[in-house]
Amino acid sequence: METLIKLENVSFSYEEGKTVLDRLNIEFKQGEFVAVLGHNGSGKSTLAKLLNGILEPTAGKVLVSGIPTTDPERLKEIRRIVGMVFQNPDNQIVATTVEEDTAFALENLGVEPEEIRRRVDEALKRVDMYAYRQHPPHKLSGGQKQRVAIAGVIAMNPRCIVLDEPTAMLDPKGRKEVIETVKELNRTKGVTVILVTHYMDEAAQADRVVVMDQGGVLLDDTPRQVFGQMELLKSVGLDVPPSTELYLDLVKTGGFELAVVLNPTECAEKIAEQIRRG
Amino acid sequence: MSAITVRQLTHIYSPDTPFKQVALNEVSLDIQKGEFLGIIGYTGSGKSTLIQHFNGLLKPTSGTVLVDGEDIWKKGYDIRSVRFKVGLVFQYPEYQLFEETVYKDIAFGPKNMGLSTEEIDSRVREAAEFTGLAPELLQRSPFELSGGQKRRAAIAGVMAMRPQVLILDELAAGLDPKGRNKILNQIKEYHSKTGSTVLLVSHSMEDIARYSGRVLVMHRGSLLMLDEVSKVFARADELVKTGLDLPELTKVLLILQQRGFPVNTSAYTKEDVRAELLRLKGVTGC
Repeated sequence: METLIKLENVSFSYEEGKTVLDRLNIEFKQGEFVAVLGHNGSGKSTLAKLLNGILEPTAGKVLVSGIPTTDPERLKEIRRIVGMVFQNPDNQIVATTVEEDTAFALENLGVEPEEIRRRVDEALKRVDMYAYRQHPPHKLSGGQKQRVAIAGVIAMNPRCIVLDEPTAMLDPKGRKEVIETVKELNRTKGVTVILVTHYMDEAAQADRVVVMDQGGVLLDDTPRQVFGQMELLKSVGLDVPPSTELYLDLVKTGGFELAVVLNPTECAEKIAEQIRRG
Repeated sequence: MSAITVRQLTHIYSPDTPFKQVALNEVSLDIQKGEFLGIIGYTGSGKSTLIQHFNGLLKPTSGTVLVDGEDIWKKGYDIRSVRFKVGLVFQYPEYQLFEETVYKDIAFGPKNMGLSTEEIDSRVREAAEFTGLAPELLQRSPFELSGGQKRRAAIAGVMAMRPQVLILDELAAGLDPKGRNKILNQIKEYHSKTGSTVLLVSHSMEDIARYSGRVLVMHRGSLLMLDEVSKVFARADELVKTGLDLPELTKVLLILQQRGFPVNTSAYTKEDVRAELLRLKGVTGC
């Protein structure tokens, strides 16, 4: 797979002497679904903002499709490649109807009206909000608002979407809607998804999990490898999905065969298999 | 004894306009003194409207709200006094800090109650301790604190009024797992030490299952359930139909049940579920 974003020895501090990120080296490939975990203050939101030039590294380089994010001439290009969705849906709404909101960035770029129409319709269909295109956004649920925010980003045809805790303010149904939407985009359009989250069950659905701690990468592996390290994760203020913990407990106290399960279905299947075996 | 009693409570937003919306429809319920009650419901189910009636921030369109046995909207009742009896901590309360120091911010409520300086001081320190704020932070500006510390300061400000009922709306939203457990454990400790009534509104079924005694479920402006945790989560189909989720471990048990294992699905804590599964392995293995 082709490398889309590359961080080379990236350090970052908001004020002198307080290092948030320390000589970070990490690559994101085209088409990957990567979850980024870390406790509050671990530097994961800072990392997200470095990925499309909202923040510039204090030292080192961030390359998006080979373009350094410090090149002001090419910042627009970078933002077209990497779109961002933030935590609070209410801070991301600018227009009075859903379709105008989705069209906002395209209009600013001077895209032809017919092309805008086509792209907005397609984007709203992709996030399953087409039926609401004439609705005022402030009347929507949190999950619907976030899907509109995602539509605004995908209307730009980005190669990558970075989502910084997009589900933190949503109810379980809204969370599921948003996660299903980004998974679908990743699967059918090959969009790279970088999801910063506090929810372990969301991270368990990614292809790859990056765990941040003290301004660096602590773990970078498949969800199964990462969540197998329960003690280490807990020691840095994180957790594993409840199913994973339950099964590891059964391994320890009940002599169940060692395995790392990632969701209730896998957990129940593994338990069923062990019980049948006796 | 009831801490809060609600009878036939209806609330309509923008009545007599085209935007009229019935947010609560004939809700009746009793909240017991000293209980730890979880409140769940999807966005728009009416739970926020409901809790804002508990301390008189919203006035019923019809129906009554009794706090400590008294109708808070009857003639002559001092509605301000109910704000001291029922403390409400909103979502993301850290945005509501405004004083020069953390100390002054926490003292704001008790000061408005007209308490003596000594009494205020002891309450500020007590509340800071309950929420795990180190004493040296009290003289700092609230804006120098980390996000988690700010949230603790905001909660302490409500606790310092020593409300009989403490309502927490999405207390742990946006916190990492460790921060989440820490703050919820502190609330649990506050509950057992003070014996006050605690209402926890949360989207996290795990948190509700772990901390609550009873659970109240709102659906389309009506009260759908109000019962013990195990009984509420035993009605899994209904919960899922209303767009709610189940605790992850309950899902594991339900899948096993569907596959024909004789599993008791009323277990919901980590320990009970594990014990149930170990029992199952022993039993069916014989």
